[in-house]
Amino acid sequence: MSVDQATVRRIAHLARIAVEDQEVERLGAELNAILDFVAELSSVDVAGVEPLTSVLPMQMKKRQDVVTDGGFADAILANAPEKDDHYFVVPKVVE
Amino acid sequence: MSDPTHLSLAEARDALVAKKLSATELTKAHIEAIEKARALNAFLTETPELALEAARDSDARIARGEARPLEGLPLGIKDLYCTKGVRTTAASRILDDFTPTYESTVSANLWRDGALMLGKLNLDEFAMGSSNETSAFGPVVSPWRRKKGDGFDDAKIVPGGSSGGSSAAVAARLALGATATDTGGSIRQPAAFTGTVGIKPTYGRCSRWGIVAFASSLDQAGPITRTVRDAAIMLRSMAGHDPKDTTSVDAPVPDYEAAIGASVKGRRIGIPKEYRIGGGAEIDALWDQGVAWLRDAGAEIVEISLPHTRFALPAYYIIAPAEASSNLARYDGVRYGLREKGRDIADMYEKTRAKGFGAEVRRRVMIGAYVLSHGYYDAYYVRAQKIRSLIKRDFDEAFAAGVDAVLTPATPSTAFAQGEKGAADPVEMYLNDIFTVTVNMAGLPGIAVPGGLGADGLPLGLQLIGRPFDEATLFSLAAALESAAPKIEFPQPWWTEAK
Repeated sequence: MSVDQATVRRIAHLARIAVEDQEVERLGAELNAILDFVAELSSVDVAGVEPLTSVLPMQMKKRQDVVTDGGFADAILANAPEKDDHYFVVPKVVE
Repeated sequence: MSDPTHLSLAEARDALVAKKLSATELTKAHIEAIEKARALNAFLTETPELALEAARDSDARIARGEARPLEGLPLGIKDLYCTKGVRTTAASRILDDFTPTYESTVSANLWRDGALMLGKLNLDEFAMGSSNETSAFGPVVSPWRRKKGDGFDDAKIVPGGSSGGSSAAVAARLALGATATDTGGSIRQPAAFTGTVGIKPTYGRCSRWGIVAFASSLDQAGPITRTVRDAAIMLRSMAGHDPKDTTSVDAPVPDYEAAIGASVKGRRIGIPKEYRIGGGAEIDALWDQGVAWLRDAGAEIVEISLPHTRFALPAYYIIAPAEASSNLARYDGVRYGLREKGRDIADMYEKTRAKGFGAEVRRRVMIGAYVLSHGYYDAYYVRAQKIRSLIKRDFDEAFAAGVDAVLTPATPSTAFAQGEKGAADPVEMYLNDIFTVTVNMAGLPGIAVPGGLGADGLPLGLQLIGRPFDEATLFSLAAALESAAPKIEFPQPWWTEAK
Protein backbone atom coordinates (compact mmCIF):
# COMPACT_ATOMS: atom_id res chain seq x y z
CA MET A 1 0.00 0.00 0.00
CA SER A 2 1.38 3.40 -0.85
CA VAL A 3 -0.07 6.86 -0.51
CA ASP A 4 -0.66 9.25 -3.40
CA GLN A 5 -0.89 13.03 -3.20
CA ALA A 6 -4.63 13.06 -2.62
CA THR A 7 -4.14 10.66 0.30
CA VAL A 8 -1.41 12.86 1.77
CA ARG A 9 -3.84 15.78 1.75
CA ARG A 10 -6.58 13.64 3.27
CA ILE A 11 -4.30 12.39 6.08
CA ALA A 12 -3.05 15.92 6.76
CA HIS A 13 -6.64 17.08 7.10
CA LEU A 14 -7.48 14.12 9.38
CA ALA A 15 -4.49 15.10 11.52
CA ARG A 16 -5.52 18.78 11.35
CA ILE A 17 -2.14 19.86 10.03
CA ALA A 18 -2.05 22.39 7.19
CA VAL A 19 0.30 21.40 4.36
CA GLU A 20 1.58 23.66 1.60
CA ASP A 21 1.26 22.47 -2.01
CA GLN A 22 5.02 22.25 -2.41
CA GLU A 23 5.30 19.97 0.67
CA VAL A 24 2.91 17.29 -0.54
CA GLU A 25 5.29 15.38 -2.75
CA ARG A 26 8.08 15.22 -0.16
CA LEU A 27 5.64 14.24 2.61
CA GLY A 28 4.25 11.49 0.39
CA ALA A 29 7.76 10.10 -0.18
CA GLU A 30 8.52 10.15 3.56
CA LEU A 31 5.25 8.45 4.47
CA ASN A 32 5.82 5.83 1.79
CA ALA A 33 9.33 5.14 3.13
CA ILE A 34 7.79 4.40 6.54
CA LEU A 35 4.98 2.31 5.04
CA ASP A 36 7.54 0.32 3.01
CA PHE A 37 9.45 -0.29 6.24
CA VAL A 38 6.39 -1.68 8.04
CA ALA A 39 5.23 -3.70 5.01
CA GLU A 40 7.05 -6.87 6.12
CA LEU A 41 4.52 -7.21 8.94
CA SER A 42 2.04 -8.55 6.39
CA SER A 43 4.20 -11.70 6.13
CA VAL A 44 3.65 -12.64 9.80
CA ASP A 45 1.11 -15.35 10.54
CA VAL A 46 -1.20 -13.84 13.13
CA ALA A 47 -4.03 -16.35 12.84
CA GLY A 48 -5.58 -16.96 16.25
CA VAL A 49 -3.42 -14.29 17.96
CA GLU A 50 -5.21 -11.77 20.16
CA PRO A 51 -4.13 -8.14 19.81
CA LEU A 52 -2.22 -7.02 22.88
CA THR A 53 -4.13 -4.42 24.86
CA SER A 54 -2.20 -4.44 28.13
CA VAL A 55 1.37 -5.61 28.73
CA LEU A 56 0.63 -6.61 32.31
CA PRO A 57 -2.11 -8.88 33.57
CA MET A 58 -3.41 -6.32 36.04
CA GLN A 59 -6.83 -5.45 37.26
CA MET A 60 -7.49 -1.77 36.82
CA LYS A 61 -8.30 -0.12 40.13
CA LYS A 62 -11.74 1.27 40.60
CA ARG A 63 -12.78 4.09 42.88
CA GLN A 64 -16.07 5.49 44.10
CA ASP A 65 -17.77 7.56 41.40
CA VAL A 66 -17.65 10.77 43.40
CA VAL A 67 -16.10 14.19 42.95
CA THR A 68 -12.57 14.03 44.39
CA ASP A 69 -11.05 17.14 42.91
CA GLY A 70 -11.92 20.45 41.35
CA GLY A 71 -12.31 24.17 41.85
CA PHE A 72 -9.20 25.06 39.82
CA ALA A 73 -10.71 27.13 37.03
CA ASP A 74 -7.99 29.77 37.33
CA ALA A 75 -5.20 27.18 37.16
CA ILE A 76 -6.82 25.45 34.20
CA LEU A 77 -7.11 28.71 32.28
CA ALA A 78 -3.70 30.01 33.31
CA ASN A 79 -2.02 29.02 30.03
CA ALA A 80 -4.90 29.75 27.64
CA PRO A 81 -3.89 31.77 24.56
CA GLU A 82 -7.21 33.62 24.74
CA LYS A 83 -9.71 33.61 27.58
CA ASP A 84 -12.65 35.58 28.92
CA ASP A 85 -13.56 35.19 32.55
CA HIS A 86 -13.60 31.38 33.06
CA TYR A 87 -14.00 30.55 29.37
CA PHE A 88 -11.62 29.57 26.58
CA VAL A 89 -12.22 31.84 23.60
CA VAL A 90 -12.25 30.31 20.10
CA PRO A 91 -13.23 31.59 16.64
CA LYS A 92 -16.98 31.58 16.01
CA VAL A 93 -18.15 28.01 15.32
CA VAL A 94 -21.89 28.54 14.69
CA GLU A 95 -23.10 31.32 12.38
CA MET B 1 36.98 18.95 48.98
CA SER B 2 38.05 18.81 45.31
CA ASP B 3 35.48 19.44 42.57
CA PRO B 4 32.21 18.03 43.96
CA THR B 5 30.78 17.54 40.46
CA HIS B 6 33.17 14.59 40.19
CA LEU B 7 31.35 12.70 42.94
CA SER B 8 28.82 10.03 42.14
CA LEU B 9 25.31 10.60 43.47
CA ALA B 10 25.94 8.00 46.20
CA GLU B 11 29.27 9.61 47.18
CA ALA B 12 27.67 13.07 47.29
CA ARG B 13 24.83 11.74 49.46
CA ASP B 14 27.31 10.22 51.90
CA ALA B 15 29.49 13.36 51.94
CA LEU B 16 26.47 15.55 52.73
CA VAL B 17 25.30 13.36 55.59
CA ALA B 18 28.88 13.18 56.94
CA LYS B 19 28.95 17.03 56.67
CA LYS B 20 32.13 16.93 54.55
CA LEU B 21 30.28 19.03 52.02
CA SER B 22 27.20 21.27 52.12
CA ALA B 23 24.26 21.04 49.75
CA THR B 24 24.88 24.70 48.91
CA GLU B 25 28.50 24.03 47.88
CA LEU B 26 27.44 20.99 45.87
CA THR B 27 24.67 22.92 44.12
CA LYS B 28 26.85 25.97 43.41
CA ALA B 29 29.49 23.74 41.79
CA HIS B 30 26.86 22.29 39.47
CA ILE B 31 25.34 25.68 38.64
CA GLU B 32 28.80 26.93 37.68
CA ALA B 33 29.43 23.87 35.51
CA ILE B 34 26.07 24.41 33.76
CA GLU B 35 26.82 28.10 33.09
CA LYS B 36 30.11 27.14 31.46
CA ALA B 37 28.57 24.36 29.38
CA ARG B 38 25.97 26.29 27.40
CA ALA B 39 27.74 25.26 24.19
CA LEU B 40 26.37 21.76 24.78
CA ASN B 41 22.76 23.08 24.78
CA ALA B 42 21.80 20.41 27.33
CA PHE B 43 19.56 22.68 29.43
CA LEU B 44 16.50 24.45 28.01
CA THR B 45 15.74 26.23 31.28
CA GLU B 46 18.15 26.78 34.16
CA THR B 47 16.69 27.26 37.64
CA PRO B 48 19.70 28.26 39.78
CA GLU B 49 17.69 30.37 42.27
CA LEU B 50 15.23 27.56 42.97
CA ALA B 51 18.13 25.12 43.32
CA LEU B 52 20.01 27.30 45.81
CA GLU B 53 16.87 27.93 47.85
CA ALA B 54 16.25 24.18 48.04
CA ALA B 55 19.92 23.59 48.92
CA ARG B 56 19.68 25.98 51.87
CA ASP B 57 16.61 24.11 53.08
CA SER B 58 18.50 20.81 52.70
CA ASP B 59 21.47 22.13 54.68
CA ALA B 60 19.10 23.14 57.47
CA ARG B 61 17.53 19.68 57.49
CA ILE B 62 20.92 17.96 57.52
CA ALA B 63 21.97 20.18 60.43
CA ARG B 64 18.82 19.11 62.32
CA GLY B 65 19.57 15.44 61.55
CA GLU B 66 16.46 15.18 59.37
CA ALA B 67 18.03 14.29 56.04
CA ARG B 68 15.75 12.50 53.57
CA PRO B 69 17.04 9.78 51.18
CA LEU B 70 18.12 12.22 48.42
CA GLU B 71 18.67 15.27 50.61
CA GLY B 72 20.42 18.11 48.80
CA LEU B 73 21.29 16.16 45.62
CA PRO B 74 21.07 18.32 42.45
CA LEU B 75 19.38 16.69 39.46
CA GLY B 76 18.36 17.65 35.95
CA ILE B 77 14.78 17.04 34.79
CA LYS B 78 13.93 16.12 31.22
CA ASP B 79 11.69 18.87 29.85
CA LEU B 80 8.91 16.36 29.26
CA TYR B 81 8.12 16.34 33.00
CA CYS B 82 5.70 19.05 34.08
CA THR B 83 7.22 21.18 36.80
CA LYS B 84 5.01 23.55 38.75
CA GLY B 85 5.78 27.17 37.91
CA VAL B 86 8.70 26.28 35.62
CA ARG B 87 8.21 26.43 31.84
CA THR B 88 7.79 22.98 30.27
CA THR B 89 8.29 22.71 26.51
CA ALA B 90 8.63 19.04 25.43
CA ALA B 91 11.21 20.74 23.11
CA SER B 92 8.30 21.81 20.91
CA ARG B 93 7.28 25.21 19.62
CA ILE B 94 3.64 24.25 20.09
CA LEU B 95 3.81 24.42 23.89
CA ASP B 96 5.16 27.96 23.63
CA ASP B 97 5.56 29.33 27.18
CA PHE B 98 3.44 26.64 28.84
CA THR B 99 3.99 26.86 32.58
CA PRO B 100 2.36 23.96 34.45
CA THR B 101 0.25 24.69 37.50
CA TYR B 102 1.06 21.19 38.79
CA GLU B 103 4.03 18.87 39.29
CA SER B 104 4.53 15.46 37.69
CA THR B 105 4.28 12.60 40.18
CA VAL B 106 7.79 11.28 39.50
CA SER B 107 9.49 14.65 39.96
CA ALA B 108 7.32 15.29 43.05
CA ASN B 109 8.57 11.95 44.44
CA LEU B 110 12.17 13.12 43.98
CA TRP B 111 11.49 16.43 45.78
CA ARG B 112 9.63 14.55 48.55
CA ASP B 113 12.87 12.65 49.12
CA GLY B 114 14.96 15.83 49.27
CA ALA B 115 16.46 16.09 45.78
CA LEU B 116 16.59 19.48 44.07
CA MET B 117 16.24 20.67 40.48
CA LEU B 118 19.00 22.42 38.51
CA GLY B 119 16.82 22.97 35.46
CA LYS B 120 14.99 21.40 32.53
CA LEU B 121 16.84 19.29 30.00
CA ASN B 122 16.68 19.35 26.22
CA LEU B 123 15.21 16.38 24.30
CA ASP B 124 13.89 15.41 20.90
CA GLU B 125 10.57 17.15 20.21
CA PHE B 126 7.87 15.23 22.12
CA ALA B 127 10.55 12.55 22.73
CA MET B 128 10.42 11.58 19.05
CA GLY B 129 13.96 11.00 17.87
CA SER B 130 17.19 9.14 18.53
CA SER B 131 19.76 11.95 18.32
CA ASN B 132 18.22 15.02 19.99
CA GLU B 133 18.30 16.73 16.59
CA THR B 134 14.49 17.18 16.38
CA SER B 135 14.38 19.61 19.34
CA ALA B 136 12.80 22.95 18.40
CA PHE B 137 15.53 24.52 20.54
CA GLY B 138 18.46 23.05 18.63
CA PRO B 139 20.44 19.85 19.05
CA VAL B 140 22.38 18.83 22.14
CA VAL B 141 26.12 18.31 21.68
CA SER B 142 27.61 15.25 23.37
CA PRO B 143 30.58 15.89 25.67
CA TRP B 144 32.21 12.95 23.87
CA ARG B 145 34.35 13.46 20.74
CA ARG B 146 35.75 11.03 18.22
CA LYS B 147 39.40 10.16 18.46
CA LYS B 148 41.62 11.48 15.64
CA GLY B 149 45.31 10.70 15.82
CA ASP B 150 46.47 11.79 19.28
CA GLY B 151 43.65 14.30 19.61
CA PHE B 152 39.97 14.65 18.77
CA ASP B 153 37.86 15.18 15.69
CA ASP B 154 35.87 18.45 15.38
CA ALA B 155 32.60 16.74 14.43
CA LYS B 156 29.79 17.39 16.91
CA ILE B 157 28.65 14.02 18.23
CA VAL B 158 25.00 13.40 19.16
CA PRO B 159 24.20 12.35 22.74
CA GLY B 160 21.43 10.00 21.56
CA GLY B 161 17.76 10.61 22.02
CA SER B 162 15.23 11.33 22.95
CA SER B 163 16.76 11.93 26.41
CA GLY B 164 19.85 13.60 24.91
CA GLY B 165 19.92 16.53 27.32
CA SER B 166 19.77 14.07 30.21
CA SER B 167 22.59 11.86 28.93
CA ALA B 168 24.81 14.79 27.93
CA ALA B 169 24.29 16.63 31.24
CA VAL B 170 25.13 13.55 33.30
CA ALA B 171 28.17 12.60 31.17
CA ALA B 172 29.44 16.22 31.30
CA ARG B 173 29.00 16.27 35.12
CA LEU B 174 26.40 19.05 34.98
CA ALA B 175 24.10 17.03 37.28
CA LEU B 176 24.52 14.03 39.59
CA GLY B 177 21.70 12.31 37.73
CA ALA B 178 18.77 13.13 35.49
CA THR B 179 15.26 11.97 34.85
CA ALA B 180 14.50 10.60 31.39
CA THR B 181 11.72 8.75 29.59
CA ASP B 182 11.78 5.75 27.27
CA THR B 183 9.16 4.84 24.66
CA GLY B 184 11.35 2.82 22.24
CA GLY B 185 14.83 3.24 23.70
CA SER B 186 14.98 6.91 24.72
CA ILE B 187 16.71 6.20 28.04
CA ARG B 188 18.94 3.28 27.07
CA GLN B 189 20.21 4.49 23.68
CA PRO B 190 21.38 7.93 24.96
CA ALA B 191 22.92 6.23 28.01
CA ALA B 192 24.82 3.83 25.71
CA PHE B 193 25.99 6.75 23.54
CA THR B 194 27.41 8.68 26.50
CA GLY B 195 28.93 5.98 28.71
CA THR B 196 26.21 6.46 31.33
CA VAL B 197 23.74 4.07 32.96
CA GLY B 198 20.05 4.24 32.08
CA ILE B 199 17.17 2.04 33.21
CA LYS B 200 13.70 1.82 31.76
CA PRO B 201 11.70 0.10 34.48
CA THR B 202 8.77 -2.26 33.96
CA TYR B 203 5.70 -0.60 32.45
CA GLY B 204 3.66 0.57 35.44
CA ARG B 205 6.59 0.89 37.86
CA CYS B 206 6.65 4.70 37.61
CA SER B 207 3.64 6.96 37.30
CA ARG B 208 3.21 8.65 33.93
CA TRP B 209 1.06 11.39 35.45
CA GLY B 210 2.31 14.87 34.56
CA ILE B 211 4.76 13.60 31.95
CA VAL B 212 3.88 14.86 28.45
CA ALA B 213 2.46 11.78 26.70
CA PHE B 214 3.94 10.32 23.51
CA ALA B 215 2.71 6.69 23.25
CA SER B 216 0.93 5.84 26.47
CA SER B 217 1.17 2.03 26.30
CA LEU B 218 4.96 2.27 25.84
CA ASP B 219 6.09 5.37 27.79
CA GLN B 220 7.99 4.86 31.06
CA ALA B 221 10.07 7.16 33.26
CA GLY B 222 13.53 6.25 34.50
CA PRO B 223 16.90 7.73 35.52
CA ILE B 224 20.20 8.32 33.74
CA THR B 225 23.25 8.34 36.05
CA ARG B 226 27.00 7.73 35.99
CA THR B 227 26.90 4.51 38.04
CA VAL B 228 24.57 1.54 38.46
CA ARG B 229 24.25 2.28 42.18
CA ASP B 230 23.13 5.84 41.43
CA ALA B 231 20.44 4.54 39.07
CA ALA B 232 19.21 2.19 41.81
CA ILE B 233 19.05 5.06 44.30
CA MET B 234 17.13 7.35 41.94
CA LEU B 235 14.68 4.72 40.73
CA ARG B 236 13.69 3.82 44.27
CA SER B 237 12.48 7.38 44.80
CA MET B 238 10.91 7.77 41.35
CA ALA B 239 8.91 4.52 41.41
CA GLY B 240 5.67 3.75 43.21
CA HIS B 241 1.94 3.59 42.88
CA ASP B 242 0.00 6.70 41.96
CA PRO B 243 -3.79 6.79 42.04
CA LYS B 244 -3.65 9.42 39.26
CA ASP B 245 -2.20 6.87 36.78
CA THR B 246 -4.41 3.78 36.55
CA THR B 247 -1.60 1.88 34.80
CA SER B 248 0.80 2.43 37.70
CA VAL B 249 1.20 -0.71 39.77
CA ASP B 250 0.30 -0.91 43.44
CA ALA B 251 3.25 -3.00 44.61
CA PRO B 252 5.97 -2.14 47.13
CA VAL B 253 9.18 -0.59 45.78
CA PRO B 254 12.20 -2.63 46.87
CA ASP B 255 15.45 -1.11 48.12
CA TYR B 256 17.20 -1.45 44.76
CA GLU B 257 20.51 -0.26 46.18
CA ALA B 258 20.64 -3.45 48.29
CA ALA B 259 20.89 -5.43 45.03
CA ILE B 260 24.22 -3.78 44.14
CA GLY B 261 27.03 -6.20 44.87
CA ALA B 262 24.69 -9.18 45.35
CA SER B 263 26.06 -12.40 43.89
CA VAL B 264 24.93 -13.31 40.39
CA LYS B 265 26.17 -16.88 40.77
CA GLY B 266 23.83 -19.36 39.10
CA ARG B 267 21.74 -16.67 37.39
CA ARG B 268 20.66 -17.83 33.96
CA ILE B 269 21.38 -15.31 31.21
CA GLY B 270 19.71 -15.74 27.85
CA ILE B 271 21.58 -14.77 24.70
CA PRO B 272 19.06 -14.27 21.88
CA LYS B 273 20.55 -15.30 18.57
CA GLU B 274 18.16 -13.03 16.66
CA TYR B 275 20.00 -9.98 17.99
CA ARG B 276 23.13 -10.81 15.99
CA ILE B 277 21.95 -8.56 13.17
CA GLY B 278 23.79 -5.83 11.40
CA GLY B 279 25.63 -4.55 14.44
CA GLY B 280 29.04 -5.30 12.95
CA ALA B 281 32.15 -6.91 14.38
CA GLU B 282 32.74 -4.30 17.09
CA ILE B 283 29.26 -4.67 18.60
CA ASP B 284 29.38 -8.46 18.38
CA ALA B 285 32.80 -8.47 20.11
CA LEU B 286 31.47 -6.28 22.92
CA TRP B 287 28.51 -8.60 23.33
CA ASP B 288 30.81 -11.64 23.54
CA GLN B 289 32.86 -9.75 26.11
CA GLY B 290 29.71 -9.07 28.15
CA VAL B 291 28.88 -12.78 28.06
CA ALA B 292 32.39 -13.58 29.31
CA TRP B 293 32.12 -11.03 32.15
CA LEU B 294 28.85 -12.49 33.39
CA ARG B 295 30.16 -16.07 33.04
CA ASP B 296 33.23 -15.10 35.07
CA ALA B 297 30.91 -13.66 37.73
CA GLY B 298 29.27 -17.09 38.02
CA ALA B 299 26.23 -16.67 35.78
CA GLU B 300 25.08 -19.50 33.54
CA ILE B 301 24.83 -18.57 29.85
CA VAL B 302 22.16 -20.13 27.65
CA GLU B 303 21.30 -19.47 24.04
CA ILE B 304 17.64 -18.52 23.55
CA SER B 305 15.40 -17.67 20.65
CA LEU B 306 13.13 -14.63 20.40
CA PRO B 307 11.84 -15.36 16.90
CA HIS B 308 9.68 -12.25 16.40
CA THR B 309 12.47 -9.77 17.20
CA ARG B 310 12.81 -8.46 13.64
CA PHE B 311 9.15 -7.43 13.55
CA ALA B 312 9.34 -5.33 16.71
CA LEU B 313 10.64 -2.14 15.11
CA PRO B 314 8.15 -2.06 12.21
CA ALA B 315 5.26 -2.86 14.60
CA TYR B 316 6.50 -0.09 16.89
CA TYR B 317 6.34 2.37 13.97
CA ILE B 318 2.63 1.66 13.69
CA ILE B 319 1.68 1.53 17.37
CA ALA B 320 3.74 4.49 18.62
CA PRO B 321 2.61 6.92 15.89
CA ALA B 322 -1.00 5.76 16.31
CA GLU B 323 -0.91 6.54 20.03
CA ALA B 324 0.99 9.76 19.37
CA SER B 325 -1.57 11.00 16.86
CA SER B 326 -4.23 10.49 19.51
CA ASN B 327 -2.22 12.01 22.40
CA LEU B 328 -1.08 15.01 20.37
CA ALA B 329 -4.64 15.84 19.29
CA ARG B 330 -4.80 17.97 22.43
CA TYR B 331 -2.44 20.60 20.95
CA ASP B 332 -5.10 22.63 19.20
CA GLY B 333 -4.30 26.19 20.20
CA VAL B 334 -7.28 26.45 22.54
CA ARG B 335 -6.29 25.56 26.09
CA TYR B 336 -2.55 26.23 26.16
CA GLY B 337 0.42 26.80 23.94
CA LEU B 338 0.75 28.36 20.53
CA ARG B 339 -2.25 29.70 18.59
CA GLU B 340 -2.19 30.78 14.97
CA LYS B 341 -5.10 32.82 13.64
CA GLY B 342 -7.34 31.12 11.06
CA ARG B 343 -10.44 32.01 9.07
CA ASP B 344 -12.46 29.51 11.15
CA ILE B 345 -11.80 27.06 13.95
CA ALA B 346 -10.64 24.18 11.68
CA ASP B 347 -8.25 26.54 9.89
CA MET B 348 -6.97 27.74 13.27
CA TYR B 349 -6.26 24.13 14.35
CA GLU B 350 -4.50 23.29 11.10
CA LYS B 351 -2.35 26.44 11.02
CA THR B 352 -1.48 26.15 14.71
CA ARG B 353 -0.37 22.54 14.35
CA ALA B 354 1.51 23.17 11.09
CA LYS B 355 3.50 25.96 12.72
CA GLY B 356 3.88 24.29 16.13
CA PHE B 357 4.99 20.78 15.19
CA GLY B 358 8.42 20.03 13.71
CA ALA B 359 8.97 17.74 10.72
CA GLU B 360 9.42 14.46 12.63
CA VAL B 361 6.39 15.03 14.87
CA ARG B 362 4.26 15.96 11.86
CA ARG B 363 5.38 12.81 10.07
CA ARG B 364 4.50 10.56 12.99
CA VAL B 365 1.15 12.20 13.67
CA MET B 366 0.24 11.76 10.00
CA ILE B 367 1.36 8.10 9.92
CA GLY B 368 -0.67 7.55 13.08
CA ALA B 369 -3.76 9.17 11.58
CA TYR B 370 -3.32 7.00 8.48
CA VAL B 371 -2.96 3.63 10.24
CA LEU B 372 -5.99 4.40 12.41
CA SER B 373 -8.14 5.61 9.52
CA HIS B 374 -11.12 3.81 8.07
CA GLY B 375 -10.11 0.86 5.93
CA TYR B 376 -6.55 0.65 7.30
CA TYR B 377 -7.15 0.08 11.00
CA ASP B 378 -7.27 -3.74 10.78
CA ALA B 379 -4.49 -4.08 8.21
CA TYR B 380 -2.07 -1.93 10.16
CA TYR B 381 -3.01 -1.18 13.75
CA VAL B 382 -4.76 -4.40 14.79
CA ARG B 383 -2.12 -6.50 13.01
CA ALA B 384 0.67 -4.62 14.80
CA GLN B 385 -1.03 -5.21 18.15
CA LYS B 386 -1.21 -8.95 17.36
CA ILE B 387 2.48 -8.95 16.53
CA ARG B 388 3.06 -7.20 19.82
CA SER B 389 1.42 -10.20 21.53
CA LEU B 390 3.86 -12.49 19.72
CA ILE B 391 6.87 -10.41 20.78
CA LYS B 392 5.73 -10.52 24.39
CA ARG B 393 5.10 -14.27 24.13
CA ASP B 394 8.70 -14.82 22.98
CA PHE B 395 9.94 -13.25 26.22
CA ASP B 396 7.31 -15.00 28.37
CA GLU B 397 8.50 -18.36 27.03
CA ALA B 398 12.18 -17.56 27.65
CA PHE B 399 11.44 -16.53 31.23
CA ALA B 400 9.20 -19.57 31.78
CA ALA B 401 12.12 -21.75 30.67
CA GLY B 402 14.13 -20.38 33.58
CA VAL B 403 16.01 -17.44 32.12
CA ASP B 404 16.54 -14.67 34.72
CA ALA B 405 17.63 -11.96 32.29
CA VAL B 406 18.61 -11.44 28.67
CA LEU B 407 21.88 -9.83 27.57
CA THR B 408 22.06 -7.90 24.28
CA PRO B 409 23.96 -4.95 22.83
CA ALA B 410 22.24 -1.61 23.57
CA THR B 411 22.76 0.02 20.17
CA PRO B 412 23.96 -1.12 16.73
CA SER B 413 26.91 1.34 16.76
CA THR B 414 28.66 4.07 18.71
CA ALA B 415 27.20 7.60 18.49
CA PHE B 416 27.22 9.36 15.12
CA ALA B 417 27.78 13.02 14.29
CA GLN B 418 25.08 15.66 13.82
CA GLY B 419 23.52 15.47 10.36
CA GLU B 420 24.98 12.04 9.60
CA LYS B 421 21.78 10.01 9.83
CA GLY B 422 18.17 10.20 8.73
CA ALA B 423 18.38 13.30 6.52
CA ALA B 424 17.15 11.51 3.39
CA ASP B 425 15.28 8.58 4.93
CA PRO B 426 13.60 8.76 8.37
CA VAL B 427 13.87 4.97 8.72
CA GLU B 428 17.69 5.17 8.89
CA MET B 429 17.33 6.99 12.23
CA TYR B 430 14.67 4.57 13.47
CA LEU B 431 17.10 1.63 13.20
CA ASN B 432 18.96 2.98 16.26
CA ASP B 433 16.28 1.45 18.45
CA ILE B 434 16.47 -2.03 16.97
CA PHE B 435 17.80 -3.62 20.21
CA THR B 436 15.77 -1.56 22.67
CA VAL B 437 12.28 -1.36 21.21
CA THR B 438 11.30 -4.99 21.91
CA VAL B 439 11.53 -4.21 25.63
CA ASN B 440 8.90 -1.45 25.42
CA MET B 441 6.68 -3.62 23.25
CA ALA B 442 6.73 -6.33 25.95
CA GLY B 443 6.55 -3.86 28.88
CA LEU B 444 9.74 -5.28 30.46
CA PRO B 445 12.52 -3.57 32.41
CA GLY B 446 15.79 -2.92 30.54
CA ILE B 447 19.05 -1.33 31.64
CA ALA B 448 21.93 0.02 29.54
CA VAL B 449 25.40 -0.29 31.07
CA PRO B 450 28.67 0.97 29.55
CA GLY B 451 30.85 -1.82 28.17
CA GLY B 452 33.86 0.13 26.96
CA LEU B 453 34.94 2.36 24.09
CA GLY B 454 34.81 1.66 20.37
CA ALA B 455 37.71 2.15 17.97
CA ASP B 456 36.50 5.75 17.45
CA GLY B 457 36.90 6.45 21.17
CA LEU B 458 33.15 6.70 21.80
CA PRO B 459 31.27 4.61 24.39
CA LEU B 460 29.48 1.34 23.68
CA GLY B 461 26.73 -0.09 25.87
CA LEU B 462 25.26 -3.44 26.80
CA GLN B 463 21.62 -4.02 27.63
CA LEU B 464 20.10 -6.36 30.20
CA ILE B 465 16.41 -7.20 29.95
CA GLY B 466 14.60 -8.57 33.00
CA ARG B 467 11.39 -10.22 34.14
CA PRO B 468 8.52 -7.85 34.90
CA PHE B 469 9.19 -5.98 38.19
CA ASP B 470 12.53 -7.70 38.68
CA GLU B 471 14.60 -4.54 38.41
CA ALA B 472 16.59 -5.74 41.44
CA THR B 473 18.11 -8.62 39.43
CA LEU B 474 18.97 -6.19 36.63
CA PHE B 475 20.80 -3.95 39.12
CA SER B 476 22.81 -6.93 40.46
CA LEU B 477 23.78 -8.07 36.97
CA ALA B 478 24.46 -4.53 35.76
CA ALA B 479 26.72 -3.92 38.76
CA ALA B 480 28.63 -7.12 37.91
CA LEU B 481 29.13 -5.88 34.33
CA GLU B 482 30.13 -2.43 35.57
CA SER B 483 32.84 -3.78 37.83
CA ALA B 484 34.21 -6.10 35.13
CA ALA B 485 34.18 -3.52 32.32
CA PRO B 486 36.97 -0.97 31.82
CA LYS B 487 36.19 2.13 33.88
CA ILE B 488 34.64 4.95 31.83
CA GLU B 489 36.69 8.15 32.04
CA PHE B 490 34.25 10.93 31.26
CA PRO B 491 35.53 13.66 28.92
CA GLN B 492 37.50 16.63 30.20
CA PRO B 493 35.46 19.84 29.80
CA TRP B 494 36.65 21.04 26.37
CA TRP B 495 33.30 22.83 26.04
CA THR B 496 33.93 25.26 28.88
CA GLU B 497 33.30 28.90 28.04
CA ALA B 498 35.08 31.64 29.90
CA LYS B 499 32.50 33.31 32.11
